[in-house]
Amino acid sequence: MADKTITISLMDGPYDSETTTTALRIAEAALSKGISVNVFAYEGAVSLTLKGQTQHPNPVKGTTAEQQQHPTTAGFIAALFEKAGGDAQLQWVNCGLCVDERGASDWIDGPRRGGPADFYKWSQESTNTLVIGTR
Amino acid sequence: MAKYLLIESRDPYEYADTNYFYDLARDLVQRGNDVTLFLLQNGVLVARSGAKPDKVGELRQAAPGVRVLADEFSLRERGIKQDRTTAGVQVADIGALVDMLADDGCKAVWH
Repeated sequence: MADKTITISLMDGPYDSETTTTALRIAEAALSKGISVNVFAYEGAVSLTLKGQTQHPNPVKGTTAEQQQHPTTAGFIAALFEKAGGDAQLQWVNCGLCVDERGASDWIDGPRRGGPADFYKWSQESTNTLVIGTR
Repeated sequence: MAKYLLIESRDPYEYADTNYFYDLARDLVQRGNDVTLFLLQNGVLVARSGAKPDKVGELRQAAPGVRVLADEFSLRERGIKQDRTTAGVQVADIGALVDMLADDGCKAVWH
């Protein structure tokens, strides 16, 4: 499916909603099938790729961060970039205005700064576009 | 005839506007379109056998041509066993959703 591309727009910030997990699952499944993925992160979603996210312990269970293995969104997305390659590419754009508003500019490797024009262009070029709004 | 993929992530217990989404699925089928309703996240709560209101049963009665799929991951997270889903629901993985998104001409709507 080298000629297929799915574009996804996201608005929810990290750990706000199950929707983020679902969107990342869709991206992972698409890459596994050789389908390229574009993600336009808007509003709170620009924080999904913040490099400084760290795992935490579980004080209720008394487990350490290492034992807990709590997944971070940045770690998940970094794994998607590692998975992408060959015909199945991953492009991730963080909305620049949203980044500036939040001071959320220290990202993992992979995402780039952009704006709604990128999303418009992708939506014209992609096989399908999935717009996932916030609540 | 157009192909529609309606993705329902919400349940009718918290969001009354899910009723409009089911109405949309019904009306699209009744107008001759190919419609798949893909339930995921809390959207799968209606797929539990015995759930009231019986949104899936009502939809299939009004529009038998609609295909209703439920995300197996979301079912598992909520303790809904596959053999306890209501009639008319097919269990599917997220790969099935991706296949439909990659289908040329498929119109996808997330709710």
